[in-house]
Amino acid sequence: MTDEAPVISAYDVSKRFVTKRRETSLKESAVRRGLRRGPRIEKDDFWALRGISLEIGRGQTVGLIGHNGSGKSTLLKTLAGILQPDSGSAHIIGRVASLLELGAGFNAELSGRDNVYLNAALLGLSRQETDDLFDSIVEFSELGDRIDDPVKVYSSGMYVKLGFAVAVHVDPDVLLIDEVLAVGDEAFQEKCLARIKGFQEAGKTILFVSHALDIVRSLCDRAIVLDHGRMVYDGDSDHAVRLLRGLLGVAELPETMAEAIKAEVVPLAIEDIEVAATPGGERLYAFGQGDPLAIRVHLDVQMDEQVWGGGDVTVVVMTGESTPLWVMSGGGEAHVRPEVGPWIVDFVVPVMPPVRGPFTVAVSVRDSASDRVLVARQFENALAAPGDIAEGWVYVPYEASVAQGIRT
Amino acid sequence: MATATTLVDAAPAERPTAELERRARAQTRVRWELLTQLVRKDLKVKYQNSTLGFAWSLLNPLFLLAVYSVIFGVILGSGVPKFPVYLMSGLLAWNVFGGAASLGAVSVTGNSGLVKKVRFPMLVLPLSAVGFALVHFVLQLGVFIVVLLAFRVHFWGLQLLMFPLALVLITVWSSAFAVLVAALNVRYRDTEHLLELLMFAWFWGSGAIFASGLIATKTHSSTWTRVFFADPPAAALALMHRAFYPSATATTGPGGRGPGGSTVLPDPGYAWYVEQWGVALVASLVLLWFARRLFQRRQAHFAEEL
Repeated sequence: MTDEAPVISAYDVSKRFVTKRRETSLKESAVRRGLRRGPRIEKDDFWALRGISLEIGRGQTVGLIGHNGSGKSTLLKTLAGILQPDSGSAHIIGRVASLLELGAGFNAELSGRDNVYLNAALLGLSRQETDDLFDSIVEFSELGDRIDDPVKVYSSGMYVKLGFAVAVHVDPDVLLIDEVLAVGDEAFQEKCLARIKGFQEAGKTILFVSHALDIVRSLCDRAIVLDHGRMVYDGDSDHAVRLLRGLLGVAELPETMAEAIKAEVVPLAIEDIEVAATPGGERLYAFGQGDPLAIRVHLDVQMDEQVWGGGDVTVVVMTGESTPLWVMSGGGEAHVRPEVGPWIVDFVVPVMPPVRGPFTVAVSVRDSASDRVLVARQFENALAAPGDIAEGWVYVPYEASVAQGIRT
Repeated sequence: MATATTLVDAAPAERPTAELERRARAQTRVRWELLTQLVRKDLKVKYQNSTLGFAWSLLNPLFLLAVYSVIFGVILGSGVPKFPVYLMSGLLAWNVFGGAASLGAVSVTGNSGLVKKVRFPMLVLPLSAVGFALVHFVLQLGVFIVVLLAFRVHFWGLQLLMFPLALVLITVWSSAFAVLVAALNVRYRDTEHLLELLMFAWFWGSGAIFASGLIATKTHSSTWTRVFFADPPAAALALMHRAFYPSATATTGPGGRGPGGSTVLPDPGYAWYVEQWGVALVASLVLLWFARRLFQRRQAHFAEEL
């Protein structure tokens, strides 16, 4: 099986969405061309996927997880061939059944029966094949006589049941499922899960998106974690779920987090930071120029020297736009030994530099041996220096003078 | 059910890669089954809730026929003997083109639910618009034959061979045009509105309403006549006229206020029609090739642009 071509493959897939559309009328287009203006506006682009590469072999069941907007559905649609990647390529071999949305491809005016035939034809079946499967589809969908009602009068549960019934009956080689199981009653969900397990046993390839992390863990050996369009983890589903649960508490995932996750072993957690005038002193938020500043990092080391050899803590004070202002990397003093339990690391700044604005504090811990980032976390708006940032982030003393004359 | 279980148990792990590739292709190539299902869908959606159903689709052109016959046959006086027969034989072919063009233009934009959610060969959408128009063509043909019998027109004969030629030509041309406007309308949403204007002018210029023999009479040039009938809809209409109009040599009568003394049809023989058919078919095939290429190149972006 290992020497076989993967059923689902993606190579360096990136997908960009343009929110501001190019002109969409012939008249406008002709006028613009006449005026020789720039033909297209490409502001407000955002990358829904960046450099995703993956291979899924036959018979694998893979979960695709990530927070809302992480690019899961876009990836699924790109793999399904509905969206075209801006760069890279995606390919699936075999008959693909995709459940991307409730009753996708159903026509509201038509009866359930007509929709079954239409949907099956879209999925690549012949009329004869659909005839043979029809009774079984209706039975699975639990719709009974209502199969002849127009689907516009169906409840969302009925929609899903019928959509799922068709998708599982067309004998797909690859099943792509996007969070549709959440709808429908529990008994039906059980039935669907049983069916998916049947598919697994039959050696079919399944890729599914779900927020139900426990289902992902029970169904999949492998899971892929997406964050802001990047693949941050691909591997053991237990670990993926733990990572995602940890990530969900963090508002923004820094670049280095991707490295941390790839390290797979997370032997410690960054619990919290305390910002004060002196280490352990009363918590403060605003600091004037010249004030003393102390940042205390609380760590919880969870694994001992059998797993890792200790790490070095780095604290970066950044602007609201994540531009680093200054970096404190300890230089040996901020080294944490691999001893299980709570740890405290203090960074003391005797004189607050001449800066203005609210600041983000990013904390990361690097493995001392490999220099890989093990864990990272950002604390937004952790401290501030008074002043209007419209005048710049830094106070700079200056003088101005005026004279009349020409340039010499 | 037993059937379903067996299907699931047929472990695809043993399916050879070549078989998987074949099954993938079944989802990306235009298949007859899918085309007919889409045409059925459109027909059902349009007619299942109207009491008159299909009868509407027949009454509509009959009404048009009656109005045109009165205005052009009687009031303005086209001078064409048996004008309703002339008119309807042309309208039959025109309606295929007109229907395919207007439905084709919205075939992708109007099926955004499918385009955005399902992977399928989108080329079937404009083609199903042509299929839809052809279904109506067959129904209207039935009505037309009744009209022919009512006018006691003797239409059985060698000239009927022109009919399949006309049908092939108008089908190829309509397919090409539907594919083209379907792709354009996704990118430029006003295509469908501009198309209405274009089709209006095209209809009047295709020889549906006036005696197409007038083209030769007015231009005094067989070359320009050939250029005029190189237009595929005009050629298809001329073929339909030749197939069904009872007299190949009839001239426009002096009785009407229309121009008299011209032949009704552009040419009495068959060779001329076959030649024009060949030219127009080549033009249609060229457009089909171009339209298909444009469509295939653009379709990757359809899901996003809708």
